[in-house]
Amino acid sequence: MKIHIPNSAFLGNIDPFLRTFDTSDPEVLEITANKQWISIHPIVLSMVAALGLSLKPKNIQCEHLEARSKHYLKRMGLFDLLNIDSGIEITEHEPAGRFIPLKQIDNSENLTDFITEVIPLLHLEPNQVEPIRYILSELMRNVFEHAESSVGAILCAQYYKKSNTIRIGIVDRGVGIMKTISASHRVLNDIEAIKLALTPGITGTTRRIGGTDYNAGAGLFFIKSIAAVNKDFFVIYSGKAMYKLLKADSKKQIRLHSDPSKDKHSEGDDFANWQGTVIGVDIKLDDREEFSTLLGLINQTYSQSVRERRKEYYKKAKFI
Amino acid sequence: MKEIRLFPRVGSFAEDKDIAREVRLREITPLLEKNEEIILDFDKIDSTTQSFIHALISEVIREFGSDVLDKISFKNCNENVQKIISIVVEYMQI
Repeated sequence: MKIHIPNSAFLGNIDPFLRTFDTSDPEVLEITANKQWISIHPIVLSMVAALGLSLKPKNIQCEHLEARSKHYLKRMGLFDLLNIDSGIEITEHEPAGRFIPLKQIDNSENLTDFITEVIPLLHLEPNQVEPIRYILSELMRNVFEHAESSVGAILCAQYYKKSNTIRIGIVDRGVGIMKTISASHRVLNDIEAIKLALTPGITGTTRRIGGTDYNAGAGLFFIKSIAAVNKDFFVIYSGKAMYKLLKADSKKQIRLHSDPSKDKHSEGDDFANWQGTVIGVDIKLDDREEFSTLLGLINQTYSQSVRERRKEYYKKAKFI
Repeated sequence: MKEIRLFPRVGSFAEDKDIAREVRLREITPLLEKNEEIILDFDKIDSTTQSFIHALISEVIREFGSDVLDKISFKNCNENVQKIISIVVEYMQI
């Protein structure tokens, strides 16, 4: 496998990065990077870490990094997590208020500890914390429940002062969305599977609309809705497909859609194959809609969608 | 009437759906089978997730029908917790 950390890769311009990494030789990982400057979304770091964690450290080759911002990779814990020597020395500062370094979380107890201990380090206001811990909890529980990921969930997050935004990347190396959704629904390709996974009431655990006692098929719809209401980026990438919720026009009235095709988005199914699922989300901290307003909108859209889908599945009396 | 306090089990962010399911299977369902009324107390809980509430109550609505909601009261819920409970209660009755 070969992965090149580019000069710039954020959710808005991540497409070229997702087309360039090479997973052809799964026994070795070769990490290279832009030689001048590296400025990347946490999703990129989480992906590099997840690839490396599937291998023994001796099978990871990281070139001597030259970029002036190379210390960022060290500070985010990439080389420590992969147990490789980068030769980069830094003086570590207290991370509070700026970032969550790379974490590997592989069970429910670790997740509860993470939410209790790490999220407070972001030093956010209570109304800012709410959507962030909601997103982290739901996404990581999705990994434990559905992904069968050999490395668990890998995540990191970074606060950007200039845009007053928290950017989050959560990645797994599991079975991927297509396999999960295909267990209960007929899908032809990765992008179709991603869109079904984003549709309220659809889950891979049952064909029944509304889910099982344990899984409603609502988690990803809620997260897409949190991003949509606040006009933030949201990316979901699995197999060869990526769905990207684009920033909506800030002057337009908010409208949630149960069908992800109706949201302002871009999509593609010709990316490099990612075994597992990659999710990136940006959360703006100012000018946010109140979480309670968001929940009201979700309620309307979710109920309407489930009602419509149930109608589709009801069989009608056959009169001859 | 039996009161079930959730904070000692899940802390201020009620998100662990394994615990929610355990509370449902071990406490809520057996009480409802005895036709008892239940208070689910959300005191000290700042927020929750749809997944947690779904794992806590969806199956009892499915199993006993929506009339079971006459036997369950939700106590000390803040606005957001109320809204998330309402979402689950509503979609389980569609």
